[in-house]
Amino acid sequence: MTNSIHDMGGMHGFGRVEPEPNEPVFHADWEKRVFATRVSMGATGLWTIDGGRAGLENLPPLAYLRSYYARWFDGLERIVVAHGLVGEDEIAAGRSLRPGRRLNRKMTLDLAKNFRGPMAPFERPAATPARFKAGERVRTRNINPATHTRLPRYARDKIGTIEAVRGCHVFPDSAAIGAGDNPQWLYTVVFAARELWGDEADPAVRVSIEAFEPYLAPP
Amino acid sequence: MADDHHPHDHGDAHGSELSEMQLRVRALETILTEKGYVDPAALDQIIENVETKIGPHIGARIVARAWVDPEFNRQLLADATKAVNALAGYDPVSAHLIAVENTPRLHNIVVCTLCSCYPWSVLGLPPVWYKSFAYRSRAVIDPKGVLADFGVTLPPETEIRIWDSTAETRFLVLPMRPAGTEGWSEEQLARLVTRDSMVGTGLARSPAETA
Repeated sequence: MTNSIHDMGGMHGFGRVEPEPNEPVFHADWEKRVFATRVSMGATGLWTIDGGRAGLENLPPLAYLRSYYARWFDGLERIVVAHGLVGEDEIAAGRSLRPGRRLNRKMTLDLAKNFRGPMAPFERPAATPARFKAGERVRTRNINPATHTRLPRYARDKIGTIEAVRGCHVFPDSAAIGAGDNPQWLYTVVFAARELWGDEADPAVRVSIEAFEPYLAPP
Repeated sequence: MADDHHPHDHGDAHGSELSEMQLRVRALETILTEKGYVDPAALDQIIENVETKIGPHIGARIVARAWVDPEFNRQLLADATKAVNALAGYDPVSAHLIAVENTPRLHNIVVCTLCSCYPWSVLGLPPVWYKSFAYRSRAVIDPKGVLADFGVTLPPETEIRIWDSTAETRFLVLPMRPAGTEGWSEEQLARLVTRDSMVGTGLARSPAETA
């Protein structure tokens, strides 16, 4: 879902940012298992990184607002059920009731040894030249799809400037719904804070997003 | 219910949620293992890697190198993935990495308003504050207020630039080299480079702070 609770840029009410001195990588053992299980299941290739994100965004808002790894866990449980890898009855029973499906790809111990983060590149060969070039002014489109998008609400229907062309990348809006890579040109688009937040905003602040070409139109 | 903007809520005060989560997580891992989808030894390895192999020490070495080597600095700003991958002794960076440089006139801050995108390969996993709703919501609308939460005040003439990580590009901030570090080795300099200074919510430490 696009206009969901995850799209937080510019919201008020969440309070101060509270850095934690000497913070550990994880705060509980179960967080470690959730992290590694999610990474490992991601390696099956059955869903994309955007499919995984969409799973989190589709959580009910109050479930989304739980702690980070609790949310990751809820999203993982949903996505393995949605892909028919695990049955609801098995989740309820807390154990496997049937043999698993055959997977084409799996996270093995050997692959895990080299794990340093997501390894698959997202850049793709371009089928067409980039429509915009650095320095051009653009207007972001006013889109509100019911499915996943990476154009934040605060940056819709705003005038900005193309600062850089970042190559042609997998288009999240397509990849998230199983519609393939559908590669699109990616740009850094920079906005004055006043364009985003109004005349009261600080004139010394600028904000950029990474915007895919379908998000952009001439001004 | 644990809440993202109170990092301490992960602790014992919420023991009932903790044990409920422990049970549910263990049950799902058991199911996935029994069905042959995950290998617990691979899970252990992934945890070990993110706890010991990746972390801000990698980014700190990159920044220190950029401070002492103008040619590397230039390459890093032009194509950070390529520049880091050309260095000996580093694990390959697979992400599309973009380095952005702080100057006396410009201060860069990185956020992911939509989720928690972060340059794992050079900074490790993000801290709780980076994933918190407070940071994700406020960084783009009140960056000076966020900096104040970190005890950072910039000169009024400094322009602030927020980078919202809305795609698979990842950002590394090159903080300014502190004064009084002329002639320092890369190793000495790397100790001044904090994680927060490479996200933009902090500055590199001064020699006095490490003395």
